[in-house]
Amino acid sequence: MNRASSSFAALTTVVLLAILFGSGAVVYPGFASAQVVCNLLIDNAYLVVLAVGMTFVILSGGIDLSVGSVLALTTMVAAWLLQTAHWPAYAVIGAVLAGGVLFGAAMGVLIQVFRIQPFIVTLGGMFLARGLCYLINTNSITIDDPFFTAVSQAQIPVGGAFVSPGALLALAVLAAGIWTARYTGFGRTVYAIGGNEQSASMMGLAVGLTRIAVYAVSGFCSALAGVLFSFYMLSGYGQHAQGTELDAIAAVVIGGTLLTGGSGTVAGSLAGVLVLGTIQTLIAFDGTLSSWWTRIVIGILLFVFCVVQRLLARGGAFQR
Amino acid sequence: MNTLVQSARPAVPSGRELARHPLFRAGAPLLVLLLADALLLPGFLHLEIKDGHLYGALVDIANRAAPLILAAIGMTLVVATRGVDISVGAVVALAGSVAAVLVGGDAEPHVALGTAFLAALAAALACGLWNGALVSGLGLQPIVATLILMVAGRGLAQLLTDGQIVTVYYAPYAWLGGGYLAGLPVALYLAGGVAVATGLLLRHTALGLFLRVVGINPVAARLAGVPAAALLVFAYAFSGLCAGLAGLVISSNVTSADANNAGLLLELDAILAVTLGGTALTGGNFSLAGSVLGALTIQALTYTIYALGVPPEVNLVVKAMVVFIVCIAQSPELRRMLGKGAQA
Repeated sequence: MNRASSSFAALTTVVLLAILFGSGAVVYPGFASAQVVCNLLIDNAYLVVLAVGMTFVILSGGIDLSVGSVLALTTMVAAWLLQTAHWPAYAVIGAVLAGGVLFGAAMGVLIQVFRIQPFIVTLGGMFLARGLCYLINTNSITIDDPFFTAVSQAQIPVGGAFVSPGALLALAVLAAGIWTARYTGFGRTVYAIGGNEQSASMMGLAVGLTRIAVYAVSGFCSALAGVLFSFYMLSGYGQHAQGTELDAIAAVVIGGTLLTGGSGTVAGSLAGVLVLGTIQTLIAFDGTLSSWWTRIVIGILLFVFCVVQRLLARGGAFQR
Repeated sequence: MNTLVQSARPAVPSGRELARHPLFRAGAPLLVLLLADALLLPGFLHLEIKDGHLYGALVDIANRAAPLILAAIGMTLVVATRGVDISVGAVVALAGSVAAVLVGGDAEPHVALGTAFLAALAAALACGLWNGALVSGLGLQPIVATLILMVAGRGLAQLLTDGQIVTVYYAPYAWLGGGYLAGLPVALYLAGGVAVATGLLLRHTALGLFLRVVGINPVAARLAGVPAAALLVFAYAFSGLCAGLAGLVISSNVTSADANNAGLLLELDAILAVTLGGTALTGGNFSLAGSVLGALTIQALTYTIYALGVPPEVNLVVKAMVVFIVCIAQSPELRRMLGKGAQA
């Protein structure tokens, strides 16, 4: 699929988002408020950050199943360092972010050096991170650090509504992601590897280093999402964010990125996350629909999107 | 006959030859685990007959591995075609829910047990056909195509059970997953039967060859007249059916259906079993026996961890380590590096 159709796929997502939101505004009173939009960002800030990291991995033609578990491990390590080891908040945040980068880079090394499939390596990473959580503590650890509680309760006014610092940070990560993918050598190399690894390597691009860096970026994003999640939940727990890796992958796919790599946009992934969030908000507003409808609707949406993408790709092939 | 003659010619296969056999690499981790267990756990190899049933750690491991073996058999065929089926866990939950809801929560079944089981398998088969149609007809990437059902399948199962855990009190329901036949667990016969039947089917028909061909080069396979599209549908439908059987065994074993947690992450364990068994995720050559050994290895590992009194929390960490070690040990890159080191 060429670049035009990939941005067209992302555009479809935006249109769908508008339809979803518009229908919510028509059916449910109070849906069309600035605060509902802001809540969408506040509740899904961690998912936006995860999806940005995941977009890079998928663009490079890989996959990262460990993001949800690394997120959980980050909340756990942060809670333990704060509550038991009594580290200052800034040192804790620095340590867990560095930990995320190392974790991701280690998986990248396994993938690159030993040529093991990303699916298997990150599956191992998923088990490892989840298991390490339970080694620290099988129960939930509550965080009562003054900095964490202050950030958790902070409200930044935007127009008539407010957002959390976490939501702003997520938007900053998104902006950085868009810029990196589009305007840096690293970003272009990621696209090149996903498009055709052999060509990329013949062009003299640093395929190996870039691949390791991609997983390090995803590890960093997972850890940052974990920090945001611990602001949001004020606890560390091994069962936090079960299955979030699927939400992140679904958001990236709905956002128009091809799982074969090489085609897609970081901004599309934001639209994907917002579509998932809007469905959840719609179901919450309705009140009579059970939570499992979320899964069914997301499944149907994934299906519709994949079909649309396929038909677009086929249409493109026929024109040529 | 032919194989017999061949194996008879070198009177004793040398250690090097044995080590090269693909099944050796798949079986070695299991052998190491069982040896360690035999040394560390007193009475590990002990088998005894109590009330006409065979009891012992080995039977226990094989019995508990039955659902994973079933799922891994189906997954092997899908992986052979270069695909992957990540909807296995959701199909397990769906099949269990269909059977449990149809039989109902009373002492007398609402629907005959056979009908309920057949309906559950039909639902699982439908899931597999859906996956196959998406991959084969629509040309979706396997991981995306099956992601749809992985997300929606559990939702459908919850819809059926109304979000509740359905408990079945009709006693014969427990037979498939908890009963005994001629001293051995029924689930063991089922898993073994499916493994042998699939093995025979693949070996004595062209199916196994065709699956390999599709996995090695789908385009060339199609040009050579291999019905690649139909084979893909078959592989996913078969995987769905195997997942359905696994779902019945799991649901029957606990005489209930938990739409939320039944078969959770089973697809990942199944993929792991296939990988441990020496089948590459890039498709082509596959080993059904290897996958069965892989499934047994995973279950033996879980058993060992529990039996050694290690806290169950460590299970995931150990499993992760085993994944890494086995994958690195099996990677051709490592052998190349070691070869270089030896020459230098």
